[in-house]
Amino acid sequence: MSTTTTSPTAEPTTVIGKSADYLDQRTKIGVLTKQLVRKVFPDHWSFMLGEIALFSFVVLLISGVFLAMFFDPSMALTTHHGAPATMDGQLMSVAFSSTLDMSFEVRGGLLMRQIHHWSALIFVAGIVVHMMRVFFTGAFRKPRELNWLVGTLLMILSLAAGFSGYSLPDDVLSGNGLRITDGVIKSIPIIGSYLSYFVFGGEFPGEHIIPRLFTVHILLVPALILALIGVHLFLMVLNKHTQYPGGGRTDRNVVGYPAVPAFATKMGGNFFIIFGVLALMGGTMAINNVWNYGPYDPSPVSAGAQPDWYMLFLEGSLRLMPGQAEIVTWGDYTLSLNILVPAVIIPGLLFTFLFVYPFVEAKVTGDHREHHVLDRPRNVPARTGLGVAFLTAFVILALAGSNDLIATHFALSINTITWVFRILFFVGPVFAYWITKRICLGLQRKDRELVLHGHETGRIVRFANGEYIEVHRPLDEQERWLRVNYEARQPLAIEPATDSRGVKRKGYKKDKRWQKLSRFFYEDRVEPVTPAELAAAHAHGEHDELEPAHDTPELVSGSGTVEREH
Amino acid sequence: MKALAARRHHRLAPVVLLLLALLVTGGVYAALAPSPAQADTASTADIETGKKLFQANCATCHGPNAEGTSEAPSLVGVGAAAVDFQVSTGRMPMQMNGPQAEAKPRQMDEEQTAALAAYVASLGAGPAIPTDEQVDGSEGDAANGMALFRTNCAMCHNAVGAGGALSEGKFAPPLWDTSSRNVYQAMLTGPQSMPVFNDANITPDEKRDIIAFLDEQDQGSAGGLTLGSLGPVSEGLWAWIIGIGLIIGGAVWIGAKSS
Repeated sequence: MSTTTTSPTAEPTTVIGKSADYLDQRTKIGVLTKQLVRKVFPDHWSFMLGEIALFSFVVLLISGVFLAMFFDPSMALTTHHGAPATMDGQLMSVAFSSTLDMSFEVRGGLLMRQIHHWSALIFVAGIVVHMMRVFFTGAFRKPRELNWLVGTLLMILSLAAGFSGYSLPDDVLSGNGLRITDGVIKSIPIIGSYLSYFVFGGEFPGEHIIPRLFTVHILLVPALILALIGVHLFLMVLNKHTQYPGGGRTDRNVVGYPAVPAFATKMGGNFFIIFGVLALMGGTMAINNVWNYGPYDPSPVSAGAQPDWYMLFLEGSLRLMPGQAEIVTWGDYTLSLNILVPAVIIPGLLFTFLFVYPFVEAKVTGDHREHHVLDRPRNVPARTGLGVAFLTAFVILALAGSNDLIATHFALSINTITWVFRILFFVGPVFAYWITKRICLGLQRKDRELVLHGHETGRIVRFANGEYIEVHRPLDEQERWLRVNYEARQPLAIEPATDSRGVKRKGYKKDKRWQKLSRFFYEDRVEPVTPAELAAAHAHGEHDELEPAHDTPELVSGSGTVEREH
Repeated sequence: MKALAARRHHRLAPVVLLLLALLVTGGVYAALAPSPAQADTASTADIETGKKLFQANCATCHGPNAEGTSEAPSLVGVGAAAVDFQVSTGRMPMQMNGPQAEAKPRQMDEEQTAALAAYVASLGAGPAIPTDEQVDGSEGDAANGMALFRTNCAMCHNAVGAGGALSEGKFAPPLWDTSSRNVYQAMLTGPQSMPVFNDANITPDEKRDIIAFLDEQDQGSAGGLTLGSLGPVSEGLWAWIIGIGLIIGGAVWIGAKSS
């Protein structure tokens, strides 16, 4: 920053300097730029996961503008002429025909379509891996709960963007998806059929859905996503970026590198890597070859008809649900629980978990402080377990949505697979929670062990009295800090049921329920090593200590029995 | 005419009329109905060889005279096309019991297969082995084949013939490595779980169109690697493995570079 207006004597001499000065004198932009340029960002590869989503979105916007130049979102019928040979002379909608022309007649059109579609898959995947990082490290805690909500909204909008775009070409496969959507809408009690007529502008499929989805896909959803990305990044700058635990890092500072040049360079590099990978995928790997499926017609459904991966959990949820759940109530009214439960209630529960989790955790932790240092996932076993359980449920549903392909590729019976997944959907997450929590607690114990006794060196020493010990090398300060500097949270302590005069306290039952949940979170825990314990361990090791000649004054014995967990 | 007019109130007149009507209907049907394909006239020597082969390899399940047993269906009237399909793809003789007979390296050579086919065809009329011209995809219309395939075949065999799952471990196999003749025969005879698409259902020309559509698939995709043409599941899998894999690898690499 050679040009600032703070010193009137320093006149800019270069062209860039002069124009920057010109701009600054009129907008005072220098102040803002200086702040941003000097803003410190912590450095870690996992902080770049959100950029996957951001930069794929940039690629989506660029390629999407290109596609919008050639796509005609009309459901009017036309006879297609031209490539590919399998579509020549077929009756189809203008939307489908223009998709084919865009792919085969427009120079670079197919490449753009494929880049766009791959970017969409990577966009949602980027959001998911970013959310995983944020969740497992506890980055959603105060003051970032609001930003977590914005992020979750962005995730749902990305699903909306993907779904609306996937349906545009009006091919058989995406039409099947719309047909399912229609069924889901109709399963909503009372208003379902009205809502379906409202959405499709009449009986499915009608002639309105593609133009409507086009508006949603190129205007409504991207505008909302852009606006929320703005909010998301603004809050990120405002709240400052979180940092991983380590020496010198506290909740009151940010240790890292200034935005320019270090962080910006890495960000720029990351953009080109992501753009490159997306272009490579678009150029070499075929995706959504709509001419394979043909123009939409409500009758055919081909084998292997599935939605894109991020919607696969809904497909799986529907495939797992037994059909008997459809019930006919009084007055011959059909309540389609067989669709309502898997397609509305289960995703509703999954999304609700994401929305409320930060607030529930804050409540059961009784935590009102700000957190800027991240948790190591092992140090909050219940959260890590819940996160893995959530992912397990999601993955099982996604696999259930691919049950036919699993059947053909592993020579299994699709009926058996479906039953296995039905059971796994309930058992899997519980088991995943339990095993993850156990692993976390085990890792914490391992940390304690390391802190108290140091690294094994493999060096065996024999004393004059014949005793053998293995020499342990104590941890250096950074290593130790990482392992002891966390808080093992305890279940909430609540006020007694009655006050000092024996009068029942209002709200006791509610507190009791929260305490129960809090116990679920924090009953099992491994306390970090306290300075006193460390000192005791060192003292304990002293009788093993070697002669000063071995110059290992801080020897810690491996035979120690300090076990103060729980 | 007078004699006829005098007898038209005869009490047997309705019966005579009915018989006449039946005769006309039957005659017209016989003249217009698609004639069942006849087995090629094979030499009696072939039939004899076929019979011996049959008794050595097939009779255990299908019965000594191909009349069928509780294990396997009767082969009387299945025609040469069914035999040629099952034996030339190696499905028969069957190797082991399972959800369905699977294709494997063929056990009978061309000559033996032809003899078996001749023998089974001699037991009763059935669809004959199609001629080379009938199964020549280059003479078919791929666009029409696409439309037919989408309506009749894609629900089991996948939109472009990559195969798909059926119930209880059965499956519709991928069609890309299946010879045109076998594809035609399968439509004609409906092996295992597959329905029969006879010549009234899908005409011989239309069958050839379907073969033309399948031939198109050999050219691969204009978009690059087909990823098995399995649709969004394999695309999603590769997006995670290749896409996210490379990008996270890149992020770790950038993150590891000291600033």
